[in-house]
Amino acid sequence: MLFFKRYLLPRLVQFLVVVFVGITIVFIVPRLSPADPVQEVINRITSQGAFLDPAAVDNMRKSLTELYGLGGNVFQQYFAFWGRLFRGDFGPSLFQFPTPVTQLIMNSLPWTAGLLIATTLISWIVGNFLGGIAGYFKNRRWAKILDNVCMVIRPIPYYIFALLLLILFAYLFPVFPSAGGYSVGRRIGFNWAFISDVLKHSFLPAISLMVLGMAANFMTMKLIVSNIVAEDYVMYAKAGGLKESKIAFKYVFKNGLLPQITGLALSLGQIFGGALITEIVFSYPGIGTLIYGAINSGDYNLIMGVTSLSVIGIAGATLIIDLLYPLFDPRIRYR
Amino acid sequence: MESFKELMKDGRFKFAFIVICVLAFMSLLSFFSPYNPLKWNVVPRDLPPRWPHIFGTTSQGQDLFWQSTFAIRNSLTIALIASSISRVIAIIVGLVAGYRGGRTDTILMSINDSFVVMPLLPILILIASVMRGNLTMVALGLILSLFGWAWDARVIRSQVLSLREREFTYTAILSGTKTFNLVIKEYFPFIIPIIFSTIINNMIWAIGMEVTLAILGLTNIEVPTIGTMIHWAVNYQSMLLGYWWWILTPVVISIFLFVALYLLSSSLSEYLDPRTRIQRIGEARG
Repeated sequence: MLFFKRYLLPRLVQFLVVVFVGITIVFIVPRLSPADPVQEVINRITSQGAFLDPAAVDNMRKSLTELYGLGGNVFQQYFAFWGRLFRGDFGPSLFQFPTPVTQLIMNSLPWTAGLLIATTLISWIVGNFLGGIAGYFKNRRWAKILDNVCMVIRPIPYYIFALLLLILFAYLFPVFPSAGGYSVGRRIGFNWAFISDVLKHSFLPAISLMVLGMAANFMTMKLIVSNIVAEDYVMYAKAGGLKESKIAFKYVFKNGLLPQITGLALSLGQIFGGALITEIVFSYPGIGTLIYGAINSGDYNLIMGVTSLSVIGIAGATLIIDLLYPLFDPRIRYR
Repeated sequence: MESFKELMKDGRFKFAFIVICVLAFMSLLSFFSPYNPLKWNVVPRDLPPRWPHIFGTTSQGQDLFWQSTFAIRNSLTIALIASSISRVIAIIVGLVAGYRGGRTDTILMSINDSFVVMPLLPILILIASVMRGNLTMVALGLILSLFGWAWDARVIRSQVLSLREREFTYTAILSGTKTFNLVIKEYFPFIIPIIFSTIINNMIWAIGMEVTLAILGLTNIEVPTIGTMIHWAVNYQSMLLGYWWWILTPVVISIFLFVALYLLSSSLSEYLDPRTRIQRIGEARG
């Protein structure tokens, strides 16, 4: 019970606060704009040369106001907004009318989720493993060289790295396809031809996301481990004649990984942002490309939908990592 | 001067310092530019790097070298606005939360953590697409500052928390020092190093966000910044057409800028406080 109160409850509350703050921002921002979205849509339709009689325009205005949740005062709108959110209803996309926004997002989500989960996991595991070893043998030459390489890679944003990879691979050494999620004309299906095609297309975006993640994880892990190695209990274990491998894995790495789990939870939002831009650079058919299209066509409904869902998704993923944390750290379980 | 000499012994600092000086010099050169950066077709189009156009020219008939001098200046301006205002917010939140403690601390830190965890990019995209066209450099800096304070507020708060438990705090309170004076006179000397080491990281973040929003075409794309240079190069298919110098110029400049700023901040904060290294690596992500 104490575990619930001390550990679970604050995290659940934090999750709710993140979602509340995020969704409230999403609600407020479009209402700060001087432009009236309903009038904008009507202008766009009439400017395309279609003749509409005044009664039809009036009807359209009414239904659009309804659709946008712009009826009533601000508070009514706010509660209506939450109500629609709980039903998973973000309204229709304005430019692929009348396809619901939710459906468009659901089409793109598997691409982004697949890319993001795979690259985050691989770069976390590889980065921490190498960082752990390099921290354990911190005075070796290769550890220092690797550290310096990571230090230069570390501050470069994902998309700059993506552009560099694109210049290098797609044009100078054209081994990998430079755009898209699968070859044009290939049928989507669960067979090896399609899967290998997808893997080939996602190789460059994945590399651009992984290398930087690895560098970041490597540097933090190396620092954490090199601090742990200097702790008394490790010295004691060495003096006690324990096997080197047992000290390294059971005594040092295990403790070093705990802050890294928290770090992963905290940085998920930023990794997500990086992935969006990488997708756009490689025209990968995920959420990033979807939101890019929405920006270019001024599709507010779609942008609001993507933003709301990514706030909830990232907060949820962070919560899950936090909830799994006691599995790794017995000190929290038995407190 | 003594500490500068000490810092110059660090290879990272030396490299970063030289690169920053070169870039700063370039941004100063923009005041003497022979071309108006907002005008198109002032030089022949699509020339590869060759004297007198040492970085080449674009398909819009702009000289890339002079264009980049403006870009560096504008990007640095946005970053400075964003990071200095977000420092003010971070200091206020960190001081109040750390000094008051209790319920104020819980509430402020839970808002703070929301900003840390939240995916900021989609929200910034939403804001920028609503403001489209009205997003001047100053407005962009202001908006970025509203979202970029959270990591550092936490660092300042934990510093204040530890200062609050120190002997001199009690001495000051018992001898009747006003809270405001205590904070300004006694706490600020401890907080200023944190501000210096976090401001550079925040600039990296702000420049990165500016580039991101510009690539998406959400900032005022007429004004040359590093982001808008990449935007136009991508938009004109410069890679496909073989005008590699167009896309490579902003990419290389941005890499030098990011790496130099990062090395500068890591060697500076190691010099100021070796223990903060862990926080810094986590913070500069994205």
